[in-house]
Amino acid sequence: MSNPTQSAHYGFAERWLPRLVLAPSFLLTIFFVYGFIAWNGYLSFTSSRLLPNFEWAGIVQYQALFASERWWVAVKNLFIFGGLFIGGAMAVGIFLAILLDQKIRAEGALRTIYLYPMALSFIVTGTAWKWMLNPGLGLEKLMHDWGFANFTFDWLVNTDMSIYTVVIAAMWQSSGFVMALFLAGLRGIDESIIKAAQIDGASLPRIYWKIILPALRPVFFSTLMILCHIAIKSFDLVMALTGGGPGFASDVPATFMYSMAFTRGQTGLGAASATMMLMTVAAIVVPYLYSELRGNRNA
Amino acid sequence: MQTLRITLCAAAMTVAFAANAAEVEVLHWWTSGGEAKAAGELKKMLEAKGDKWKDFAVAGGAGENAMTALKTRVVSGNPPAAAQIKGPAIQEWGDEGVLASLDDVAKADGWDKVLPKVVIDTMKYKGHYVAAPVNVHRVNWLWVNPELLKKVNAKAPTTWDEFFKTAEALQKAGIQPVAYGGQPWQDSTVFETVALGVGGVDFYKKAFISLDQNTLKSATMVKVLETYKKIKPFTDKNAAGREWNLATSMVINGKAAMQFMGDWAKGEFLAAGKVPGKDFLCVAAPGTANAYTFNIDSFAMFKLANKDAVKGQNDLASTLVSPQFQEIFNLNKGSIPVRLGADMSKFDECGKQSAKDFAADNKSGTLVPSFAHGMAMHSATQGAIYDVVSQFWNDDNMTAKSAADKLATAAKTK
Amino acid sequence: MPKFWRGALYAALLVAALYYLLPLYVMVITSIKTMDQIRAGNLLSLPTGISFEAWGKAWSGACTGVDCSGLQPFFWNSIRMVIPAVLISTTLGALNGYVLSKWRFRGSELTFALILFGVFIPFQVVLLPMAQTLGWFGIANSIAGLVTVHVIYGLASTTLFFRNYYVSIPDELIKAARLDGAGFWRIFLRIIIPMSTPIIMVVLIWQFTQIWNDFLFGVVFSAGDSKPITVGLNNLANTSTSVKEYNVDMSAALIAALPTILVYVFAGKYFVRGLTAGAVKG
Repeated sequence: MSNPTQSAHYGFAERWLPRLVLAPSFLLTIFFVYGFIAWNGYLSFTSSRLLPNFEWAGIVQYQALFASERWWVAVKNLFIFGGLFIGGAMAVGIFLAILLDQKIRAEGALRTIYLYPMALSFIVTGTAWKWMLNPGLGLEKLMHDWGFANFTFDWLVNTDMSIYTVVIAAMWQSSGFVMALFLAGLRGIDESIIKAAQIDGASLPRIYWKIILPALRPVFFSTLMILCHIAIKSFDLVMALTGGGPGFASDVPATFMYSMAFTRGQTGLGAASATMMLMTVAAIVVPYLYSELRGNRNA
Repeated sequence: MQTLRITLCAAAMTVAFAANAAEVEVLHWWTSGGEAKAAGELKKMLEAKGDKWKDFAVAGGAGENAMTALKTRVVSGNPPAAAQIKGPAIQEWGDEGVLASLDDVAKADGWDKVLPKVVIDTMKYKGHYVAAPVNVHRVNWLWVNPELLKKVNAKAPTTWDEFFKTAEALQKAGIQPVAYGGQPWQDSTVFETVALGVGGVDFYKKAFISLDQNTLKSATMVKVLETYKKIKPFTDKNAAGREWNLATSMVINGKAAMQFMGDWAKGEFLAAGKVPGKDFLCVAAPGTANAYTFNIDSFAMFKLANKDAVKGQNDLASTLVSPQFQEIFNLNKGSIPVRLGADMSKFDECGKQSAKDFAADNKSGTLVPSFAHGMAMHSATQGAIYDVVSQFWNDDNMTAKSAADKLATAAKTK
Repeated sequence: MPKFWRGALYAALLVAALYYLLPLYVMVITSIKTMDQIRAGNLLSLPTGISFEAWGKAWSGACTGVDCSGLQPFFWNSIRMVIPAVLISTTLGALNGYVLSKWRFRGSELTFALILFGVFIPFQVVLLPMAQTLGWFGIANSIAGLVTVHVIYGLASTTLFFRNYYVSIPDELIKAARLDGAGFWRIFLRIIIPMSTPIIMVVLIWQFTQIWNDFLFGVVFSAGDSKPITVGLNNLANTSTSVKEYNVDMSAALIAALPTILVYVFAGKYFVRGLTAGAVKG
């Protein structure tokens, strides 16, 4: 690995220029990310109601948070949603990528079709999804029109099932992107390895399972990170589809935080829930970043 | 970075220029048919006074997005001139020290004399007027499509027994009895109406104003909850998430027979060209004929740095309370003027009834604030109660008893 | 591969394509129906005739509040917001990526980690402090303010994309250029940038989509005349007179989505190509 700063023939300007170029972004990040995280953290220990105030109140907000049934529903939903969404999008994405990698005709068109949901915001597609999932207007009515009178599909309005409609819509949006990432990875694999395995008589599924997918480990991890981050931040999606309802049955931490801090005048409680979200994110991301960057240094 | 800095400077200049025009920026979420018309009238009258109306409408979620936008505006030190805030929330904003005093306007226009006491108390923060009222809504209405009721030979119900009997008859005849919108605020609107009808005025006051623990857990509350839940089989499956005005249009178009909703629903009937008393009926919800849940819309005024804008702000406040505006506005919105002794001659049956009942209930002490519309408690408590009510409505496994206990817990939210 | 499997393969791909296309199909056919047709049919039924009335109304006639100018003004706001925001954040990302991969110094890895973590911050957290900060700079509720916000919170992903791409450019290339006497900027402009087309495409497309589609920042950091299109769309779709005009809602949604859809349709292959070219290498 080269380390330009250690080379003696580099001038003074050359040594400081890189730091100078990086400095604005660094400072912006320190202030706008870490400064704001600290600000929020402090707020979670205050009695802030409608607007932020800075009177120290101890851990009352956290006590209120942990005593709130709605918060635990939101946490549970995040796990249901996160698990199914990440697993589902990953499986569908990998599957489609492998299929598309079989020297398909019209690959470009299919790829675009799989990828386009990523281009749309849920503010846009939410209306269409809501309509399709609504029992009286959408799929259920369609099936009834077609003569399947017993068909029911009322997940959107069912307290126990509404979070799963969020999973369906989220998978629709993100699995194409997973496909693109894996397809990119597949294209990057040296064909001679596959040829060699084929000559050894390995079957195609076996080659994928034993050779190709393991070689895509880095893609797998970066995809996992991207999906985790989408899952934890899911907000537009839930707001547009169910609004957290019926009641608060499909609430997730991001929507919980939003309604506490902004609609209900419980800014302190909102800050406490945000801190819990941040700590969860940090618990997942920091080990990953650590291993990732260490890995690079050794490479 | 250079580009960014130039952008920043340029933007700062634009803002400085913009501030010179005497604009009145008004944050509201009156976006549906009748409401938008009413807002349009306000704009016209203000422009006649030489001020410029800057519309700041944020739609959706009964003002949820609007509140977010308002909070960030206030935090950034750049609040709108006025925002649609009402009830105890006025006190909450007052506590934050961001509201402007309207005492000068109030004195010049004699608000103390023309407004009822219950209204004055809400509009004042620590003895100073900080908000201007625009109307009084009655929440405990039942909207009826008489043609559908005629098909089962029923009259508009006045008791809950009658109501459920009629509903069953309608259902047997293949008519959907109740139009319902499954959004938290609508759930609570119906719930508080049932509470008033089943429990009575004293019960209502103890439960939702004093937040009395024993009342919230009482047998009466269990009965209220059971009655409330009994309505559910008479609604349709697609109610979840439906906007109130779409539910109203079901009654208008004969797709459903009745709807529990405040009198803003009348605006939709009128906008659709329907005649009160003939095409639709407005009756007090079962068991609530001698009580009145009120919901007063008002605009709170924010402290502004700009002098021109303050002039516009005062014009706005004065216009809002003026008899001309009160009449035009309320004819469109479905509510009644907030001024005492306002001329009701142009109003329809429903409006006249509402005004008469308001005066009568004001005297007899049976005027109660609507908690579902932010007139009775702080937003945090209200939100917690919303949660329980909506959960109970949607979760068919929850018993009325456990819901009552949860209500009591929710009432402790500060 | 046997013929049967080949057939199954295409069948699977087609079924998947239908699943992805369904919402778009529903939106498009609904937008060209009249309200009568919508009431008569179901969500899949084809229109009996094509009517662009709803499109016209969504573009320039639909009302929110007292304003009846459709989505048009919001559309231009979004354009004015998205172009500077994408260009600035991409430029900064390229520079950061260049430094973090080719001019490492003590602490540069840590800096990278710190910037990267910013990707994961839930945006609801920053709304209130950001509002205050924008107020200090006097750019609250303006398009400039929105641009600033998007640049700041776009930095993490643009930096990540560029850095991961530049890592795969051999260091020898830089060394050789140095021996020829090229400096920091010369190497960047003459060697790095000409090699960056694929990743620039990825970042441009990514940022454009993210910023165009943002709703949360839009609703919070904009006022009456600086609202971006997503906010306009939300207002329009949540505003209804007695009749919910599904065709106008759907047309409005499609208008709001058109720029990003076009970008994916026409530049989507560059996106995939750019990812292939190294963006996903950990």
